[in-house]
Amino acid sequence: MKQLTLAAVLALTAGIAHAQQDTITLGMVLEPPNLDPTGGAAAAIDEVVYANVFEGLTRFGPDGAVQPALAHSWDVSEDGTVYTFNLNEGVTFHDGTAMEADDVVFSLDRARAEDSTNAQKALFAGIESVEAVDPLTVRVTLAEPNGNFPFNMAWGDAVIVAPESIETAATEPVGTGPFSFSEWVQGDRVTLTRFPDYWGEAPALAEATFKFISDPNAAFAAMMAGDVDAFPNFPAPETLAQFQADSRFKVIVGSTEGETILAMNNVEPPLDDIRLRKAISHAINRQDIIDGAMFGFGTPIGSHFAPHNPDYVDLTGLSGHDPEVAKALVAEVGEVRPLRLMLPPPTYARRGGEIIAAQLREVGIETEITNLEWAQWLEQVFTGKDFDLTIVSHTEPADINIYARPDYYFQYDNPEFQEVIAELGVTADPDRRSELNKAAQKMIAEDYVNAYLFQLAKTGVADARIEGLWENAPTQANDLTAVRWTE
Amino acid sequence: MRPGAQLWIGAGLSAVFLLAALLSFAWTPHDVTALNIADKLKPMSATYPLGTDHFGRDILSMLMVGARTSIAVALVAVGIGVGLGVPLGLLAAANRGSLLDEVVMRGNDLIFAFPSLVIAILITAVFGPSALNAILAIGIFNVPVFARVTRGSALSLWTLDYVLAARVAGKGRLRISVEHILPNITNLLIVQGTIQFSLGILAEAALSYVGLGAQPPTPSWGRMLAEAQTMIYTNPALAILPGLAIVAMVLGLNLMGDGLRDLLDPRVRRARG
Repeated sequence: MKQLTLAAVLALTAGIAHAQQDTITLGMVLEPPNLDPTGGAAAAIDEVVYANVFEGLTRFGPDGAVQPALAHSWDVSEDGTVYTFNLNEGVTFHDGTAMEADDVVFSLDRARAEDSTNAQKALFAGIESVEAVDPLTVRVTLAEPNGNFPFNMAWGDAVIVAPESIETAATEPVGTGPFSFSEWVQGDRVTLTRFPDYWGEAPALAEATFKFISDPNAAFAAMMAGDVDAFPNFPAPETLAQFQADSRFKVIVGSTEGETILAMNNVEPPLDDIRLRKAISHAINRQDIIDGAMFGFGTPIGSHFAPHNPDYVDLTGLSGHDPEVAKALVAEVGEVRPLRLMLPPPTYARRGGEIIAAQLREVGIETEITNLEWAQWLEQVFTGKDFDLTIVSHTEPADINIYARPDYYFQYDNPEFQEVIAELGVTADPDRRSELNKAAQKMIAEDYVNAYLFQLAKTGVADARIEGLWENAPTQANDLTAVRWTE
Repeated sequence: MRPGAQLWIGAGLSAVFLLAALLSFAWTPHDVTALNIADKLKPMSATYPLGTDHFGRDILSMLMVGARTSIAVALVAVGIGVGLGVPLGLLAAANRGSLLDEVVMRGNDLIFAFPSLVIAILITAVFGPSALNAILAIGIFNVPVFARVTRGSALSLWTLDYVLAARVAGKGRLRISVEHILPNITNLLIVQGTIQFSLGILAEAALSYVGLGAQPPTPSWGRMLAEAQTMIYTNPALAILPGLAIVAMVLGLNLMGDGLRDLLDPRVRRARG
């Protein structure tokens, strides 16, 4: 009898030791509209598939640096116009077909085609031709030298897809990553499973589920109840203190590429008047917005550039909080109709909007707040350009070039700025690039195109036993390759 | 509970909120539209009698102005119900069995068939969320209630001798409705109005809770509750206070409504002996 008990205890403890968890459930605020990163702009797509299901020639590391991915190395010609990518051997897509140079040619040609629906076509604009030299070598010829090309290829929009499976990529993505797509229950979750034939190092996790929870209260409850193991972008910053105090959880605070701005309609009166835009910029107290809306998480910015970028210039002084200056400018402009402030769902917009409305009221600018769902916001504000003011966070990395697009929703049209960005696109020299980046930041800050609020912090909550989640968000991604349970 | 006590407790509770709402026009401890982030989430103190919210606004001031929002929305909504429902009910009763009667009553059935809150959400979704649309949405659902109460009680009056006498005297249906029927159903309408008023407060709170009622910066109890939800573990008072306000106000109005019915409705009075 005693022996039996001992055996039972042994079996039990052995069982516990073996029960190391290898599945994870991640919470996300937004559900992706589809799962094809080469055919949609939504950040949520990349947050599911980037580095997990799909890989590009290069990729972003957790620190934002460009790392080799499907291409283990690349050579640049003397004049900087020809890139030769050397592909890894033995890479297969999840459907079993081999990933070879032809697939790279197909993917890049498809992305830069005239009828391409790629959301970031500018990444491929400089490509003149893509050829397969042999199954493991691809030669890309650029019209002009572009030192940033490997960076461009690291984007989620530049991942390598297969001609055999691209038709159904929106609902059944087939990539080369360490996880293959297994199920999408619309409105609820996407499940990925470990791909046994992955060419690189196998991930520790066998299965990952992305659960979509848009309501901050529900997110909080799900985290507390253990329904989700981690919430990399937790939507309720006011509850972080509580997670911090709870030993079951850890709070991960990092930076993102999200420049949160109060965007203004630069062509519609009265905001076509730079004096009014300047008044608004001076009326805003950034620290109050960060403290009030984000509970202290966020870094003030003075232009559309991330503070952790080496080329960042602190321009917050150009639009420091000064109600007197703002009032004087408003008086100069004269009677202004109430401005329509359109707010998408995230906390930074809804709460930030209330604070901004109060701050603008103090200097004599009235606003009318309208809360919009994302679909409405995309239709009315982003596409329809029917707005005066809106708050949104631009989470793409190094995206100051959006100011060079006069048809972009805030409609800033400055040929001088466009020249700077054009030059930036063809410059490889790091010193000159840095100069141009700084000039660009200054230009849009001096033109008061938008009011620049703060760099969005990445405030994540995770089970204390999980490690390997990204601390910062150099791109929109939940890279699971290094994630594992410690006990 | 004695009917009288019920009435007085209810009236007292309602009066407190009404006075607070009226007072808020002239004075509140702090400005509710000015944010003071440095003073956010302060506990109760002499400066902030009920503490401050996540924007550093004074909760007491917000509750006072929120009472104003609630009362204004419910009052106008009841007004819409009375203004449209009572004439329709009188007309239907005066022309009992006519096509008009049928149209009015079936129209009422149609509105009754839909859950009121769902329609309210639909209206605010189509026309955009605002206090005005919330009023409209709640008001529309008051119309059939008043039309039904009016028609039902008017019909029983039409059979009484003095109405018959008036008809013999040659008064028209419309004139009889206004001169003889309406004054005799006023009591009932007051009671129904009180009940509808409390339902209106509740509906306004529900709509603004889901973000479809009064828009910021106008304070509203429902929105205060919604905003406090994620802070319920760290700052429970933020959710409890507006919740209590809603409960107390609705309770007060219901008690008052019941008390009024006991006092004014002869049938109930007689039944109680």
